[in-house]
Amino acid sequence: MKISEFADSLQMKVVTDGKGLDREISGVYICDLLSWVMSHANKGDVWITVHTHLNIVAVALLVELACIVVPEDIQVEEATIKKANEEGIAILRSGKTSYEIAVEANRIIGEET
Amino acid sequence: MKAYYDLHIHSALSPCADNEMTPNNIVNMAYIKGLDVIAVTDHNVALNCEAVLKCAKNRGIVAVPGMEIETKEEVHMLCLFPGLDEVLKMQSIVNKALPKMENREDIFGQQIIMDEDDNVIGNYNQMLLTATGLSIDEVFEKAGQLGGVVIPAHIDRDSFSIISNLGIVPDYLGIKYLEVSKACLVSDFLSSNPYLSQYSFIRSSDAHNLGDLMEKESSIEVREISIRGLLDSLKK
Repeated sequence: MKISEFADSLQMKVVTDGKGLDREISGVYICDLLSWVMSHANKGDVWITVHTHLNIVAVALLVELACIVVPEDIQVEEATIKKANEEGIAILRSGKTSYEIAVEANRIIGEET
Repeated sequence: MKAYYDLHIHSALSPCADNEMTPNNIVNMAYIKGLDVIAVTDHNVALNCEAVLKCAKNRGIVAVPGMEIETKEEVHMLCLFPGLDEVLKMQSIVNKALPKMENREDIFGQQIIMDEDDNVIGNYNQMLLTATGLSIDEVFEKAGQLGGVVIPAHIDRDSFSIISNLGIVPDYLGIKYLEVSKACLVSDFLSSNPYLSQYSFIRSSDAHNLGDLMEKESSIEVREISIRGLLDSLKK
């Protein structure tokens, strides 16, 4: 499943400029310790985090994550969005909690496979 | 000249610190240990700084006004300021960014404000042991505007550290110094983290009880032993 389809299915807002939405999703990873994400997330994961600091873009690039999802309608800093646009990493925002996003993601990714 | 320091000490105003961490006890312990410069850096508050500065002056020790701010990323930042006015201005910014929750003394401990004679002049009611709404970037911006220096605290630890929480040290904040904790040897730390060799390091105690203050072992080269002399060195 592509990020754009994933975002549509979960009615998430794309806060970046639309680059990177064609990437394929291979899984979901949830964690807010960036050092942990760097060493444990997998390439192609959708990463759900409450962090909005600029460094989330660097971590996503490093691990080759599919995209970043910010839950609970948390506002993302302009500097982070700008950096994500430069690097072609999509940031999605949802009003749901990380748990609710994960449950729905499991359903739609499960339907596909 | 060399200044021996401990720039990360908690007073009894930090709920997690022992109540014996009074201004006089801290200063006298630093005096016994032969330290030249100390900073009392309570969690998100600076209301014991004035008493500590007065005690330190009587002992011929330099005390730097400071606080340990917890950013919204749950990263601890040592913030040191040129004067009491500046640290109290920062405290007011921090206070507005703290959640309006009362401290639970039974869980977290007391938050005691003292004067220079160690008299209790108040109990701080607001919960201090939590994250502010200020981002790391905002802490650097606000403290910088007040002439302060911001140092990411205990970066060798697995919690509340810029490296554990944010993965890497941001390169756009002009960070010069990083703090490692008392038990950490900078040379060992750098050999397992060689990418941090561009930074300078301070090593302080993060003392929550009197016995934990640094011995006379961490020093920094300063042009004079004063608040200004120390801050200038930390900005280099």
